[in-house]
This record gives sequence, structure tokens and C-alpha cells, in this order.
Amino acid sequence: MTDISKDAIAPPRSFLSQDAIQAFYRLLAALLICAVLAVLSDSFLSLGNILNVLRQASLTFFIASGLTLVVLTAGLDLSVGANVALSACIAGTVIHKTGSPALGILTGLACGGIVGLLNGIMVTALRIPSFIATYGMLWVLNGLTYWYMAGETLHGFPAGFRQIGSGYLFGLPIPVYLLLVFLGIGTLFAQRTIWGQEIYAIGANPVAARLSGIPVARRLLLVYAVSGTMAGLASIIFLSRLNSAEADIGESLTLPAIAAVLIGGTSLFGGVGTVFGTFIGALILTLVLNGMNLLSVSANWQPLVTGIIVILAVWLDMKTRRRAQ
Amino acid sequence: MREAAVVSPSNPLQRIPGVAIVLVLLVAVFGAIAPGFLSVANLSNVLVQSTILTMLALPMTLIIMTEGLDLSMGAVLTLTSLCVAIVSLATQSMLLGLGAGLLVGAAFGTVNGWLVAILGIPPFVATLGTLGMAQGLSLIVSDGQSVVGIPHSVRDIYSATLLGIPVPIVMALVTYAAFHGLLYHTRFGTYIFALGGNREALRYAGLSPNRLLIVVYAIGGAMAGIAGLLMTARMNSGHPTAGLGLEFDAIAAVAVGGTSFERGNGWLLGTLLGVISVGVLRNGLNLISLPSSVQVASVGVLVIVALFLDGLRSRA
Repeated sequence: MTDISKDAIAPPRSFLSQDAIQAFYRLLAALLICAVLAVLSDSFLSLGNILNVLRQASLTFFIASGLTLVVLTAGLDLSVGANVALSACIAGTVIHKTGSPALGILTGLACGGIVGLLNGIMVTALRIPSFIATYGMLWVLNGLTYWYMAGETLHGFPAGFRQIGSGYLFGLPIPVYLLLVFLGIGTLFAQRTIWGQEIYAIGANPVAARLSGIPVARRLLLVYAVSGTMAGLASIIFLSRLNSAEADIGESLTLPAIAAVLIGGTSLFGGVGTVFGTFIGALILTLVLNGMNLLSVSANWQPLVTGIIVILAVWLDMKTRRRAQ
Repeated sequence: MREAAVVSPSNPLQRIPGVAIVLVLLVAVFGAIAPGFLSVANLSNVLVQSTILTMLALPMTLIIMTEGLDLSMGAVLTLTSLCVAIVSLATQSMLLGLGAGLLVGAAFGTVNGWLVAILGIPPFVATLGTLGMAQGLSLIVSDGQSVVGIPHSVRDIYSATLLGIPVPIVMALVTYAAFHGLLYHTRFGTYIFALGGNREALRYAGLSPNRLLIVVYAIGGAMAGIAGLLMTARMNSGHPTAGLGLEFDAIAAVAVGGTSFERGNGWLLGTLLGVISVGVLRNGLNLISLPSSVQVASVGVLVIVALFLDGLRSRA
């Protein structure tokens, strides 16, 4: 970050350090929740449960990390959950038909990426506001998936493929390694590459970004395509962990992903936030839901709590930003 | 940035074509390919089935005119439908059931308005949050089960007729008349145009835009309460996913009806025609035996096309 040419389009340094402080607060909050849960429930600190939390958080993180880039540009992708469902069903069918997990994984990623690209085209070329365009896409995808599956369930995949979602390496679940890899890639991409910095600039001030020569439309296409591809990746993890796919698996995924992004301190108004923050956001949300589960609160309460968390997170974010200005 | 003056109440002649062409095309196509589509029984069926959507799409028009959005409407309708079912089951009184639905709906609408107006949270995220809350509460109050054994007084509302006209249609027409009067013939209606077109003017006139905004969202919630009564009557039960995605049909109807998402310009008759278009589309696809999944996808395409055209028009 000492490179002067980079500083020209980097967000102001005060914001970066504020990001660090915000991330620190959020880590503290996560630790606090851990402490409370450790007191309230004997089984919370068991190795099995902690690994379970990490694996659960990794699924939310995959979807939420791509979404973070979209939100950084002051956009929103409401179609991620439905995208996971369609990609999982198509990838599952390919694996069943061809017997090749590699081909299935590629198809899942491609399906997610194409859906993301279509979202990007609607936002850039057709200039439809992102939340409405992706909301329309949500229902198109839902319709396609239900039609394609016609009430069927796909299940039973090769053992090697199932290792991705449920296997262990040196005592840690494989999704946790994937989480670390994508956390690293996402952070490097957003903070240390020109494209990443351009995405911040577009979110902070699209007009200034365009006038300073950033190809705004192409970067937006990239961002939506990445968000879709990450949904495709999540669909593969999902498929291999549950060993089955149904048309309705995406319905409960979008709200938690948005919640993770917002808890993580990424501002809905664009230009502010980090992929690392989203990781902590996913962790906090998963801890809360896991804690409710351990304290035998019915799963029926989860949407209510997630909804309240979304609103609280936005409100807190707006309050702190207002004070900072 | 926005038009300087308060936008005058629509320019029907310029707008009639869009949605009217869509509706005529849909009727012509399905009349040609779908057996039985043009029968009186089927057409009146389309109208009766469109009544619940009318109750949501009319207030949605007002909300979108304020440059807002209410994604929680379907989930709130689900919750109010369950409230109607539970309360009318417990008290055997349709009116108490309706009262409970209205109360819960208006409360949710007020919360939406408060989040948007006072806290300044962008409408699509605020109402996405309350969508989750309403969905969760629906699961909690129903424990994920259907509520059955609804009293006759509730069930009969959907099937009864008044002077030969089905009661739901009478309710929808009365609602339309009320919204038309409210928007075009009262001062409050002018304020709604100003909320989208020119909020500053309201402040200079000594009015509180925030309070008006809360009222607009509260009306949306209350209408979801009335629609909840119709939904319970139609299904003869309360079900924890009854209203799933209905807000999307409402947004589709508003978008097809020519209300702009960017300029605070709304047209209620267009929304009504939009509602019928969505109803015809779903009914027609149903008649040619395409599953409801295809209906959902085609409504999604309809919205994207309508918004694309809206964007073209606003740039023209």
C-alpha cells in the first residue's frame, strides 16, 4: 500500500484504519457470543460443535463473499439463494448422468457464473436497479428449478465427491480449508489489486469513477459474475455435504448471506467494507443460530432472528458512519 | 435531479397503450391456444382470483410512487391470514378475525414505514428484514402447521355474491374506488405524488414527509390484513406459506401497469390492468397445463421486460 499510484484510487487511509477498528469490534462481539454460549450450554465448546460452526459458517461465507463485492459497488444480489438451488440441481444431474464429479463441479460453477453475468447485464446494459433485477431473477430461477426438478430429489453421489463437503484433512473439515483459501483470495483481490480498488471507487462515487477512466460497466459485470460463481461454488459444497439436491434448498440461504455481509460492516451505500468483515459476519450469524439450536429454540425462530439482525446491522452501520462523518 | 414541480396526476393517454396492449395480447394469445379460456366461467374465475392481488398491488403502487418498495407484503399477508384463521377459530367471529389481521398488518406496515422514514434504512433492505420477521412469526404462531376448521362466516366471504357479483370482486372494486379517491381527489394524494417527486416542497409547505411515508407503508400493511381475510376464506384454512412470493406478483402488476420506479409517477388504473394481466398470464399458462413453476418464471420475465421498457421511457 506504499505505492503512490495506488493511493490515488484507494479509499482514504482513515477509512482503512476505521475498517480495522470495526473488524476488531466485530471479533470481540463474536468472542463475547462464544463466551455467553460456553456458559449457557455445555456442548458448545465440544470439538464437534466448533467444527460444525466453522463448516456451517463456511457455506454462508462462500455466498456472502461474492455478495460483498456486489454490495461494495452499492448494488445487491437477491438471487444468490435461488442461484445455489439451480446450480446444485444442474450439477447434480450432470454427475448422475456422466458419473464425472469434475464435470459436475465445472457445470455448477458455470451455471452460477452465467446467472451472475445475466444479472450484471440487466444492471449495466438494461440499467435496471440491481435489487429489482436480481429479485426478478430470483423468481425466474425459482421457476426454472422447480420446473426442471418436477418435485424429484437427486441423491447418492460418488464417495470422492462427497469428501469435498463432509471430508476431513488433518482433523479439520475440508470446507474450512476452502474458506481460508477464498478468504485469502477475496481479501487480496479487494485490497491489493487495481480491479479491487476500482470496485471500491465505483461504490464510493460512480460518477467520479467513470470520469477517472474506470470501465464501470465491465467491473460491474465482473462483480455480478463473481457473485454468481461463488453461489455456484456454494452449490457444490452444499450438494456434496447433503448428498442430495432439491428445488427448495435455496430459499433459506439469501437472507443469511445478506445478513453476514451487513453484520460484517459492508455498507449498503457502497465503497466501504471488507471480505474479512464478511467472514466475521458469517461467523457471528452462525454462532447465534448455532446457540439457538443448542438452547433448543425451535428452528421456526431463525427467520425472525435473522430478519431482526439484518435491520439492526444496517441501522448500526448507518449510525457509526454518521458519527464518523 | 427530479422534476421540479409536483408531478401532475398521470397522463393516461400516453400510458394506456403499454399495459392495455399487454393485456389484449395476452387475452388474444390464450383465447387462441388455451381451450376454455374465453368462457364466462373462466374469465370470472380470473377476476375473482385477482382480487387478493388487487388488495396488495394498489398500496404497492403508492409505496413505489414514494420511491420505496415493500418486499414484506407477501409474508405479512401470510401472517395476517394466519391471525384471521386463529382468532376467528377461537372466537367464531369473522369481524374479530378481520380486526386481528388488520391490526397485525398495520403494525408491520408502520414498522416498515418507521424503518424507512425515521431510521433511513433503504426500503428494499428494511422490508427484506421484516419479510424474515413476518415469515418467522408465521412459523411460530402456526408451529409450521395449517390452521383448519375455519368458521363458515369467514369461508363464505369468498364464495358469496352481492347482487349477483362475487363478494371478493365487490371488495376489490370498493378498494379501487377508495384508492382512486384518495390518490386523485384528496390533499393526501397530492402529498403522495410529492413524496416521490419533490420531498423538499413538502418540507417548505410545513408538512412532515416522514410521517406521511409511515402512513403510506401502514396502509400497505393494513391492506395485507384485509387480503389476509380473503386468503383465509379462499383456502378455507390458514397456511404458513400462503402468501409466499405474492409481493412479487404485486410488484409485477405495478411495473407492467406503468408506474415508474424512478420518478414518483403512478397510475392506479394501470396497476389494476396490470393485476388482470398477471392473472390472465397465470390462468392461461395453467389452462395449457404448464406447471406453476413456469408461471413464476414468466412473471419474472414480465417484470424485467416492463422495467427495461420503463428505463427506456425515462431516458427518452
